[in-house]
This record gives sequence, C-alpha cells and structure tokens, in this order.
Amino acid sequence: MRILKLLLILTLLSPQLLLADNPFRIVIEGGVEDPLPIAIVPFGWSQAGSVAPIDLTEVISGDLQRSGRFNVMDEKDLPQRPSEYDSINFADWRKLGMENIVIGKLELTDAGTYDVSFRLVDVYRGKQIAGFRIPAKPDLLRRVAHQISDIIFEKLTGMPGAFDTRVAYITVNKVKDKKVHSLQIADADGHNAQILLESPEPLLSPSWSPDGKKLAYVSFEGKNSAIYVQNVLTGQRERISAFEGINSSPDWSPDGSRLAMTLSKDGNTEIYILNLGDKSLRRLTKHGGIDTEPTWSPGGQKLAFTSDRSGGPQIYEINVNGGEPKRISFEGNYNARPEYSPDGKFITLVHGVSGSYRIGLLELANSSITVLTDARLDESPSFAPNGGMIIYATTGVRGGQLAAVSTDGRIHQRLGLQQGDVREPAWGPFLK
Amino acid sequence: MFIRTLLVLSLAGLLYGCSNEQVKEEEPVAVEDLSSGANASDGGVQAYSTDDSSTSGFDSLDDPQSPLSIRIIYFEYNSNEISSEYRSAIEAHAAYLSRNPSTSVTLEGHADERGSREYNLALGESRALAVKQQLSLLGASSSQIRLVSYGEERPAVDGHDESSWQQNRRVEILY
Repeated sequence: MRILKLLLILTLLSPQLLLADNPFRIVIEGGVEDPLPIAIVPFGWSQAGSVAPIDLTEVISGDLQRSGRFNVMDEKDLPQRPSEYDSINFADWRKLGMENIVIGKLELTDAGTYDVSFRLVDVYRGKQIAGFRIPAKPDLLRRVAHQISDIIFEKLTGMPGAFDTRVAYITVNKVKDKKVHSLQIADADGHNAQILLESPEPLLSPSWSPDGKKLAYVSFEGKNSAIYVQNVLTGQRERISAFEGINSSPDWSPDGSRLAMTLSKDGNTEIYILNLGDKSLRRLTKHGGIDTEPTWSPGGQKLAFTSDRSGGPQIYEINVNGGEPKRISFEGNYNARPEYSPDGKFITLVHGVSGSYRIGLLELANSSITVLTDARLDESPSFAPNGGMIIYATTGVRGGQLAAVSTDGRIHQRLGLQQGDVREPAWGPFLK
Repeated sequence: MFIRTLLVLSLAGLLYGCSNEQVKEEEPVAVEDLSSGANASDGGVQAYSTDDSSTSGFDSLDDPQSPLSIRIIYFEYNSNEISSEYRSAIEAHAAYLSRNPSTSVTLEGHADERGSREYNLALGESRALAVKQQLSLLGASSSQIRLVSYGEERPAVDGHDESSWQQNRRVEILY
C-alpha cells in the first residue's frame, strides 16, 4: 500500500525539474564506539547479462555506514555471495564474527517493473530477522533501497530509520554578480535535489507541513518579508502573510491546521497563530522586546520561542491558548532558534559560547544545555523525524554548508556542496 | 578522531550541471519568475521630493557637507542603541523630513551573520525602530517612515570577521 502511494507521489513529481543526481559529499567524523558489524551481500539481478538499473547494495551500505552506528563489511572481504537464504553458509560468516547479513535480489517483471526482495539474517542464531518483497517502478528503486535501510536500522537498533526522508534548504549562488536564492529539497542522502523556487531576493525559514506535502517559508520578493506556502508536488504557491513589517518564522502545528509565525504589524515582533482554515489570526505575546522563532511542541499544546525580554536572547515556552511565557533556558547569554525533539523531552537551539555559536541540546527536565558542535557559526538546527540526528548549517571557509550531528554528539557528518552557500536546513517528516 | 570519506560525490552544480567548469549554462529552472515587480522600482534612480529643490535647484540631501549625507548608522553587537555620534545626523534627517512632509524615507535594518537568522531579522527591525523613534521624537511624522528589516540576509560586506560584522550591523536611511 505504502509503495503504491509512493509511486503516485513520484509520478506526480516527474514533471518537475529533477537536478542532475549529484548528491552531497558526505564525510563522517566519528561514530559510536561499538558499531554493529553487518555485511550487505551484493544483490542478485535477474538479467545477468545486463547492468542492473541501481546498485541497491551501495545505497543501503551508504545509508548504514553514514549513520555511524554500523560497520559495513568491505565487499572484498565477503566469504560468499548468496542471494537465497538456502545458500547461506552460516559457518563461513560465524568464523568472521559477522552477526548480521543482508541478502537480496532485484528482478525485472514481465510488466517492465521490478521486484526487490531482501532478507536480514542473524547468522549466529541462524534465523531470518526480516524479509520483504517490494514491487517498484524504475524511478522508485532508490527509495526502496532507503526503505530497506530503514527496516534494517529499526530491527537492529530499535529506533526507526530516517533514511527515506527528505530535507529542505536554501542555497545562494552568485550569477554574474547577482545573488540567486533557491529553495530546494533533496533526499536525506543528498540525492534527487530539486529546486522549488528561485528568487533574486532572500529566502529563509523553510518549514515542512506534517504530511510532507507543503513547505512554508519566508521570501523577500516583494521587497519585504512575506510568508508563502508552496505545494511540493505541484509547485503551486500562496502568499499567506504580508503585513507591514516582519512576516517570518512560519512553523506548522502538528495537526497541520495552523501556522505559528512572527509578525511586527502591531509595533514590534510578536508571536501569532494563523488558522489556515478560516485565516483567523491570534496574537500570543505582548512585549516591547523581540519575540520570534516560534516552534510547536510535538503534542501541540505549547510553543517555544526566542525572546530578548530578559536582555539577551533566551528560550521561553507559552501555552498555545496564551498566558504568561515561562523562561526555560538559563545557561549562557545567547540561546535562540529552538526546535523540540520528536519525543518532546529536548529542545535543540543555537547556543552562544564565548563568541561562537554552536548547536546545543536543552534537556527540559533539568534545563541543562549540552553543546553538540564545535564550529564558530553554527545555526538552524532541525531534528530528523526519528530524533536520532540533528541537521544544521555551519559556516566553513567556502561559506555555508550543511552538517549533521547525532543527538548524543558522537556522530558528526558534513554534507558539503561543491559550490554556493547552503543554509537553513529543515528535515522533513517520515514519508507516508 | 578518524575521518573517513564515504561518498565523494557532488550535489553539484545544482544550478548549472555537473562540473565546475560548466558554469555558463544556466538551466531554466525557476518554478516561477519572480523578477517582474521585484526589481521594477530600482535601476539606480533616486526620486527626491521637489519641495526644496524646485526653488533652490539644489537639494540639501545632495550636499556632502550636510549631516544629511550620513545615511548609515552602525550599531554594537546585539544592540539597538544609537551611539551619540549620530545625534546631529538624526536631527538633520528629522528636520528635513519635517520640512518636507511629502518626502518619505525607508529605514532598512540589518544585522551581522552571527547567531540565528530569524532572531537577526527581528534585531534588524529593532534597530530600524530605534531610529524611527528618534526621528519621530524630533519632528518627523511616522507616516513618512517605512521600516524594513533584512536581518543578516543582505550584508554590506561578505567576510566572516569583526571588521565585516561591524559594517553589517547597520540601519540604512534611504530616501
């Protein structure tokens, strides 16, 4: 069922521009201390004389290795290459201390589509942990590979995988001395990048709708900030808010019915909630200082936001029905850009530490802040939907780049672009 | 710490194809053309009020000796406090606006790149607001003053050091 839906989505996507499939250059720095050993046996291919349409093994190995939680066996070290359960020689694998292997095959059907089947096998116990057969159209094969990675990841770590997800981000390139800002989305591994919008004026703050079908963002195309909502599939866009002054920081409520946002139409920046159904607007804060960057708690009852009402920027929580905001960050004199973890127990934020800006993790139970990154200008943190990683923007020698860090701070990835500035990443929801 | 390069691939010439050398070919990628309207009003033309200049033939706005020639107010880090050195410039702009009630001005607030973008957008506006409040106190009508904040999105200087940041924390007074 899920696959059918995917198929539909990708068919709808196809008229849109697909960029050359040149993904992020991903560098892993560090990992967990005892990554799980796993072997991904090259998938069998029914048309042995021709080249398979995708190297499933490469995509799955890449996903698992990049997560920092797995140690994928080198292909040259594989003792055998079975693609059927019955041909696995368990003794060979046990001798090498390998606990888990993945085998599978790709078959072309008479209808011109594909069948992907795979098994995750516990070699020590000599039993199958998971086994699936997934029919797929050619342009869905890459997603099928990510879905297989998600299944393996969940079976072996207990945490849902987030490989079959997408990220949105903003790039800035100079073309003939003019800046071109573009809103893009890509698969979580950087492949299939697509441009959704280009503008000579700044774009910022992309925010995914909970169903992953729309993005809200800020565009300066009218020589002032305005909030737009764009359908990711059709490209259709609508201007949602263009009051005098600032219109910014859109963030979707978990039920998708409302947008929290920052407006300064009433004098200075305040937090508002816009009901997308009847377009009614409700003001939540009332303070002469800066109030901005609202973000919904996963349950939808609270918003966290940044305010300088105590002097410098700090994080506050407010009930969505109003009331007095409560300060929740106390360490350091710069805390901004909050986002709740999917379980609601943490907030990731930008934390100023003696002149540097790093990604921090605020534990709501005890108000402690753990610093996860160590560069000078890190910003815009966004949780993966499984809560395992945080993607963020960092400024390197070549300008803005994307990076990711595990929430335990042990796994660091750099997602580099060859040219241009990349910023404002927003990790999308699980694809349904 | 060990570093392993796993995939050396390229997200690439997102805009222009695969290789760095092929920067010339710009693909027609825009979902929607935003250029019409957005750029219609500039082109380097400055339109001044004729209230003064029609009689004198020379607008005091054009006088490089006048405090009106100061069009950028710089700020300290994370602050919207206007330094006393700008007192005479702000007085001159307020007096000019009050003498020329049909003239309007845009105060464009900016921030340096440090910290979060949305917070900086608000900070840019709070700087522009501070300038507006002083101009209003000194006789300009608030209906003559438009505010816009670009936060850190339009730096005057692209560097990542204190000397660049100093030049980017600013309010531009645009007639």
